[in-house]
Amino acid sequence: MSTPLKTAFIPTIPIKARFSRWFGRNLLRIYMIFGFTYLFIPVAYTFVFSFNDSGKSNLIWKGFTLDNWQNPCGAPQICNALGNSIKIGLLATIFSTILGTLIAFAIGRYHFRGRSSSNLLIFLPMATPEIVLGASLLSLFLVFKINPGFWPTVIAHVVFCISFVVVTVKARIASLDPRLEQAAMDLYANEVETFRRVTLPLVAPGIAGAALLAFSLSFDDFIITNFNSGTLITFPKFVYVAAARGIPAQANVIGSGMFFLALALVIAVQIVNRKKIR
Amino acid sequence: MSVDPITARGDLRLTRITKSYGEFTAVNDLSLTIPKGSFFALLGPSGCGKTTTLRMVAGLEEPTVGSIHLGETDITTTRPYQRPINTVFQNYALFPHLTIFENIAFGLRRRGIKDVKERVDKVLTLVELPHLAQRKPTQLSGGQQQRIALARAIVNRPALLLLDEPLGALDLKLRRQMQIELKWIQREVGLTFVHVTHDQEEAMTMADTIAVMNEGKIEQMGTPAALYDDPETAFVANFLGQSNLIKGKIDGADGENLVIDLYGQKIAMPKSRSHAIDTSLYAGIRPEKFRITRTGSQVGGNTLTGGHIEDVSYIGVSTQYVVAMPWGQELMVFEQNDDGVPPFNKGEEVLISWEPNFTFGLRGDEDIEAGMEVNPQELEE
Repeated sequence: MSTPLKTAFIPTIPIKARFSRWFGRNLLRIYMIFGFTYLFIPVAYTFVFSFNDSGKSNLIWKGFTLDNWQNPCGAPQICNALGNSIKIGLLATIFSTILGTLIAFAIGRYHFRGRSSSNLLIFLPMATPEIVLGASLLSLFLVFKINPGFWPTVIAHVVFCISFVVVTVKARIASLDPRLEQAAMDLYANEVETFRRVTLPLVAPGIAGAALLAFSLSFDDFIITNFNSGTLITFPKFVYVAAARGIPAQANVIGSGMFFLALALVIAVQIVNRKKIR
Repeated sequence: MSVDPITARGDLRLTRITKSYGEFTAVNDLSLTIPKGSFFALLGPSGCGKTTTLRMVAGLEEPTVGSIHLGETDITTTRPYQRPINTVFQNYALFPHLTIFENIAFGLRRRGIKDVKERVDKVLTLVELPHLAQRKPTQLSGGQQQRIALARAIVNRPALLLLDEPLGALDLKLRRQMQIELKWIQREVGLTFVHVTHDQEEAMTMADTIAVMNEGKIEQMGTPAALYDDPETAFVANFLGQSNLIKGKIDGADGENLVIDLYGQKIAMPKSRSHAIDTSLYAGIRPEKFRITRTGSQVGGNTLTGGHIEDVSYIGVSTQYVVAMPWGQELMVFEQNDDGVPPFNKGEEVLISWEPNFTFGLRGDEDIEAGMEVNPQELEE
């Protein structure tokens, strides 16, 4: 009465249905490949042309060379500009991270008069067009008889970096369970110890992220810098000026270098985090 | 003579504590003494002020008025870290960035105690998780986190251990197991435990003394058995288990007993178990104290006639009946299935009887629904 299983009819799935099923499963993957291609072609281009034996202008591929990587300061002024950018970036990062973190704690943790308006005002530098912010800062410096240069640029960078630091750190503070601090107090830690041993370590990833963001924003900035730096050459300014005559391949070397540095940093953080979890 | 509060020991005394948030009064003129070494439960529905009371004892809130003493030391305004009191928080609040070992060592290190390793190892053995010392809290299951939270508190040997719904996040089976374990640990370490919960079964299983709280006040306090057998208010009668409350009036006395008229039928109950203030009263009987027999059979004690079976639910160990009485009230009756008598059928005329000593009397002006609506859904969460 029972048919052996072997001879029983096994219904097959039509080719068309199988294809659409495969497509459905892999749609996200296909989309991701396109997305990353779009994002990384310019980076790859920059990297490849850092090996171009270009001479003056780095627009046409003229042959492979390691000269640019062996001598990244080869182009006149380029390393001076890079040094300025790094100095400004580090100072702006330090000041904006400290100030921004304090503001984030004040807004995120305490209820005081004017809290909601400060919360709103802190977004203003983010929302203001850079060109307006740069021009107004310049006129402000001139009113106070401060000549454009290194320190005015640092101050200008701190102004716009603070907002980003506050937003980043505040998000981290908001996700912090207040009961952890209560637990620390319950376990004999006074206010200072509670902050140092519980609050700060838990908010630290947010602060570190904010600092990285501040540095890259500062390093990258052209418009505001252009208004406030006077004769000082920063890396973005150097590239902008050089573009008129042809960008030297060393700019590609430095750009690629920065990219790989950032990548290495992200990977390192991932590895550390994974070790921590284990 | 000022004493460092951290060395305070003894009974915990709350004296006329009130805590208000603007218009809202969370705790209302509460006085309470918790003897040293006891396992004390604050039981009540959510919003009854039990957690606020606990937080004031921990130092995380300050009372609006009133005082808190530990032994002879006034700790009303002492900072949390200056009190010899530790808390097991509702969601454990383990420090996610520290290992289990460092979590437990946290309190010891803050107080500068020397033999940290030894003490932590000992308490980890007590909660039977020594192999997890180097893990992070996120790698632990809920039950394990719960035990670590307990270990982190008791390692400090506080004068008082506060537990804020510590088992609320665990599933039923684990909760039962932890209840027994907590009780055992309390006896083992000999600390005063103050346990806040809305789960009456949890409170009855673990505590020596239960204070039932409602709307910022203590309704009644006593041993689990005393509260269950002789509740003084309708809230306690309904919140702790189930009760049948029948309206009646006091119709004289007979020696040690009162004679009560329940819709024309006379019953007796001990004078000492009546909490009525005038002649009107509610007679309370727990459903399992009732006996059901066929109309016409001879039974002793109090009897009520004229009922018929409205509904029957067979639950294995017992059968639950709903009996409709002539005056329109439905009574709950739990019968053990131990007498070989087949269950009664729906519609059958029956006689209800019980021992007079099981009756308790409530004030006639009570809201007999009090404590009912808050109970079931909260326990089933």
